[in-house]
Amino acid sequence: MSAPAPSMHSAAAKTRAEKLGLRLERANLDEFADTLLALARTDANVVAVTSDSRGSGKLGPFGQQHPKQIVEMGIAEQNLVGVAAGLASAGKIVFAVSPACFLTARALEQIKNDVAYSDNPVVLVGISAGVSYGALGSTHHSLHDFAVLRAIHNVAIVAPADNFETREAVRLAAVAETPVYLRFGKAPLYRLPSAGTFELGRARLLRPGSDAAFVATGETVIHALLAADFLKERNGIECRVLSVPSIRPLDTGAVLDAARTCRALVTVEEHSVHGGLGEACAALIAEAGLARRFGIAGLPDEDTVTGSQAEIFRHYGLTMEGLAEKMTGLMSR
Amino acid sequence: MREERELILKSLRYRKELLRVIKNAGAGHTGGDLSCIDILNVLYNRILRVSPKTFSDPNRDRYVQSKGHCVEALYVVLADRGFFPAEELETVCRHGSAFVGHPTRKVPGVEQNTGALGHGLPLCTGMAIAGKLDGAPYRVFTLLGDGELAEGSNWEAAMAAAHYGLDNLTAIVDCNTLQISGHTADVMNSEPLEAKWASFGWAVRRVPGHDFGALIGALEHPLEKGKPSVVVANTTKGKGISFMENVAKWHHGVPNDDEYARAIAELDAAISALEGVPA
Repeated sequence: MSAPAPSMHSAAAKTRAEKLGLRLERANLDEFADTLLALARTDANVVAVTSDSRGSGKLGPFGQQHPKQIVEMGIAEQNLVGVAAGLASAGKIVFAVSPACFLTARALEQIKNDVAYSDNPVVLVGISAGVSYGALGSTHHSLHDFAVLRAIHNVAIVAPADNFETREAVRLAAVAETPVYLRFGKAPLYRLPSAGTFELGRARLLRPGSDAAFVATGETVIHALLAADFLKERNGIECRVLSVPSIRPLDTGAVLDAARTCRALVTVEEHSVHGGLGEACAALIAEAGLARRFGIAGLPDEDTVTGSQAEIFRHYGLTMEGLAEKMTGLMSR
Repeated sequence: MREERELILKSLRYRKELLRVIKNAGAGHTGGDLSCIDILNVLYNRILRVSPKTFSDPNRDRYVQSKGHCVEALYVVLADRGFFPAEELETVCRHGSAFVGHPTRKVPGVEQNTGALGHGLPLCTGMAIAGKLDGAPYRVFTLLGDGELAEGSNWEAAMAAAHYGLDNLTAIVDCNTLQISGHTADVMNSEPLEAKWASFGWAVRRVPGHDFGALIGALEHPLEKGKPSVVVANTTKGKGISFMENVAKWHHGVPNDDEYARAIAELDAAISALEGVPA
């Protein structure tokens, strides 16, 4: 029997989440699977393609209820993406579902050429992304996916932060006319405060503030939100929190506004500090001629420490406490 | 045979035109263009149910050129079939042109962007699965090189296509036995091809790759119900130009003025000889 998964959050963080009225929901992966099932029910053109990833993609019920809409490719990610592109070119609404680590590395050339360059509107679904696989180690981490895909033209890059963003992202991706990459983890997530509609290229303002700003994406957003509340209470800092589900298209207006208004800005992502949201924002801010106290919270350029996703987050400070420290350190410099 | 004579003449003219395009562009994959042009001639003039008018029809036959580097052959045949005016070939490889040195969908008639090897068969497997899911009548064809078969993605797709019994899919191997750095048998041997494909569950036929009757016979119907088909076409790299045949350096050699004049003279002589013979 495996040990119970350690919580992503400290007792203090959980208390703060309760104080903010946040409710723990399910994993984005479960939300994705149910949303896709609902889409398949109403549109026979929706097809899921898997690489022996039916179970890990939570697509068991989909396969049982719509056996003609799921295509198994076996453990062959290059073929998974090539076949997905061929299906999309023939008019199918294709979700290519595979662990993010393999999908965006093993099959990168297929993503670049068959999907992006040939403009076949496949929805690439990277499951168990970031360090979701925890102690399985670096072969199974995807800390490079934003970086490699940002350098390839014609793929939207979307990392939802909660079940709401996931549901909306999956629905938008299904009708998108160009390729989309979606990335999910498998840990239960808090439902974030509502902040208007979900659009690609639009950041969601979860908390106002003009002293400092967290610009966060994916499953780290909750930690940034809790850190902002913690900083207000402990240090009196009014910290803005932006959830940025789409790394591309990036909401440049929202990022630049935060950079112009706030004295310090920290980006947060479950990705290498190289090539992800942080460097996208850094380039944007530098090109706008703004000099700001700026920090990138992510996985450093080193052999990633062994541990569960929660332990890895704690080790690298991707937690309420770690992010609060990073922000105060930056502001006191 | 009248029909065969017509195709032979067409191929001679295609060879002249693709050499002209390469000479004008100052770039091209001459050897492979010449080895696969007869296959493209047969596909576009006898086999594929596709035309400029039906190119957006979901039920059209599909052709994806996996060995995308032999794009000049494809451009010349598409122009002849009326997908775009032949004058546009003047812009091949020119700054700002849609006519890139590998196929792109910016060019009317091109199904998919190719150029990196080992991509056509997975793409076509996807199209063929879609055809089966929809009960659509179309067939899907791809052209592979024998050197290209070293790419592992081909064999991932070969496994899947047989697994799903895709008899609407046909792969053609332009087996010219040469690749950029020498003989395929020396660089990375891809033979025995019949045994490999058959063991993956494909129906296989090897044909002389410049024999129009044999090509038509192998391509006009799927080889076997319930299996994908592969036609291994034994071809000659540089076919039709005496000094280019079976010489690896013509893989992407561009003829100089003298070589170009000699090549065109050889083709003109062949055309005159054929035209002199009453049909």
